[in-house]
Amino acid sequence: MSEAPAAPRTASAERDGIGLLVRPPEPRAGWRVLPARVVAMCAVELQKLRHDRTELYTRAVQPALWLLIFGQTFTRIKAIPTDGIPYVDYLAPGIIAQSAMFIAIFYGIQIIWERDAGILNKLLVTPTPRSALITGKAFAAGVKSLIQAVVVLVIAALLGVALTWNPLKLLGVAAIVILGSSFFSCLSMTIAGIVLSRDRLMGIGQAITMPLFFGSNALYPLSVMPGWLQAISKVNPLSYQVDALRGLLLGTPDHLALDFAVLIVAAALGITAASSLMGRLAR
Amino acid sequence: MTRYVDKADEAVVCTGLVYAFGETNAVDGLDLTVAEGEVFGLLGPNGAGKTTAIRCMTTLLPVPAGLVRVFGHDAAKDAMAVRRLLGYVPQQLSADAGLTGRENVALFARVFDVPRRERAERVGQALWAVDLTDAADRLAGTYSGGMVRRLELAQALVSAPRLLILDEPTIGLDPIARTSVWEHINAVRAATGMTVLVTTHYMDEADQYCDRVGLMHRGRIRALGTPVQLRQGLGERRGAKATDPLPTLEDVFRDIAGSGLDDQSGGFRDVRSTRRTAHRVG
Repeated sequence: MSEAPAAPRTASAERDGIGLLVRPPEPRAGWRVLPARVVAMCAVELQKLRHDRTELYTRAVQPALWLLIFGQTFTRIKAIPTDGIPYVDYLAPGIIAQSAMFIAIFYGIQIIWERDAGILNKLLVTPTPRSALITGKAFAAGVKSLIQAVVVLVIAALLGVALTWNPLKLLGVAAIVILGSSFFSCLSMTIAGIVLSRDRLMGIGQAITMPLFFGSNALYPLSVMPGWLQAISKVNPLSYQVDALRGLLLGTPDHLALDFAVLIVAAALGITAASSLMGRLAR
Repeated sequence: MTRYVDKADEAVVCTGLVYAFGETNAVDGLDLTVAEGEVFGLLGPNGAGKTTAIRCMTTLLPVPAGLVRVFGHDAAKDAMAVRRLLGYVPQQLSADAGLTGRENVALFARVFDVPRRERAERVGQALWAVDLTDAADRLAGTYSGGMVRRLELAQALVSAPRLLILDEPTIGLDPIARTSVWEHINAVRAATGMTVLVTTHYMDEADQYCDRVGLMHRGRIRALGTPVQLRQGLGERRGAKATDPLPTLEDVFRDIAGSGLDDQSGGFRDVRSTRRTAHRVG
């Protein structure tokens, strides 16, 4: 059995050029752990996007079609009351929210893949509380959605949608997209924690995305919905996301404080639910 | 943070550890001590409870009954302190194929709170220690199985762990890659003095590289000692003469585990994940 005492050990590690590998890093103080983990998870997401942008391009097709075909057509037939703004303008914030949600709602697939590949277990054996890991993943999904939102914004601008370029308002747009995606990715990770299989999560994801989309104010205002759909729309966080985006980007009447409050509470609840199911994913 | 240190040189102490999946006790009263600085091999047939025991030690699973301490820290009550001391390489090939080798290691430097000013250097040293400096900026998806294993080793080493836990580190690798992985584990251990706890199915590896081994069967340690002690013990039980060749560690394994196969052996998920790993490394 070979046991090396501490001092010669450090010396031999230094000699081998791996001196830092015998010095454990200083732990971060309590409150600084969460932002550090969020940054770590977001960095990974950005690095992956830098290496492979295919998903970014393929995911741009659907929103482009919505704006180009649905938006342009409905602008002509003027079937939906939009308070005087062209329908394609009215639609653009809804499509931004939709494309961000589509990315987030399938984010749980990634966590199941990471679980099957052993990556999740490795992360869970680091000094990262489960809630910090989920928050990190939720914000990483938010960053991914934000980049997608920028692509849709550019498409919308090219189609002549009159958007704001006020930097403060655009910052608000970014915050809303990240918050909304955090909620939907946590919803997805919560379902992942329950079903524990990619196929089932895929099926549930497919089943809930369209109802969430059609059961919101993304395509049409609350006022034209039947009563039961209005009730659904009022508990659907996507509606609050769209309301805020419309207010910020187009300057339509909005309820920004309420929208932010609902999305913050929804994201916090989502993080709590998904974190509490991490134990099942770790097994 | 309370430290319950019995002896200063104990890296892992498990006392009466029990973990059940439904009606089956995967770990059934495990008592085990790993001394600081040694390479300890946990051997046993599929379903013996090795991976479950390791998951309790790494805080991935709770400790429902018994006690698990890592360098004096209670794994059930002080999980964060235990995790800071651990480097963990799971059975699956767990590097992220969509990131470069360097980015894979940098992620673990970040989540272990390595400050930005020394992150790049530390990541570079970890990659250097496993001979991946030249391949560091290639995507891990282009690595061979042996390289992925070494990359995982770098991920585990970047936080300067005192205890390195490897679950079947050489599964599915060709003999040259297996030797290479072990040589790197040994070189880093020699330079840093860390404790290594490894599970393996390969008896020749355990014989060659482990200071001590514990043979696990049906959730408990059934034999414990240096490989030579266990082989001599079996020889004596069989009444072998001094001139007879020593039984191999595989003979010891068969003596304890029988055929090693029973209905409880290896859950579907374990077998699937092992096959997937073997498939990915080619």
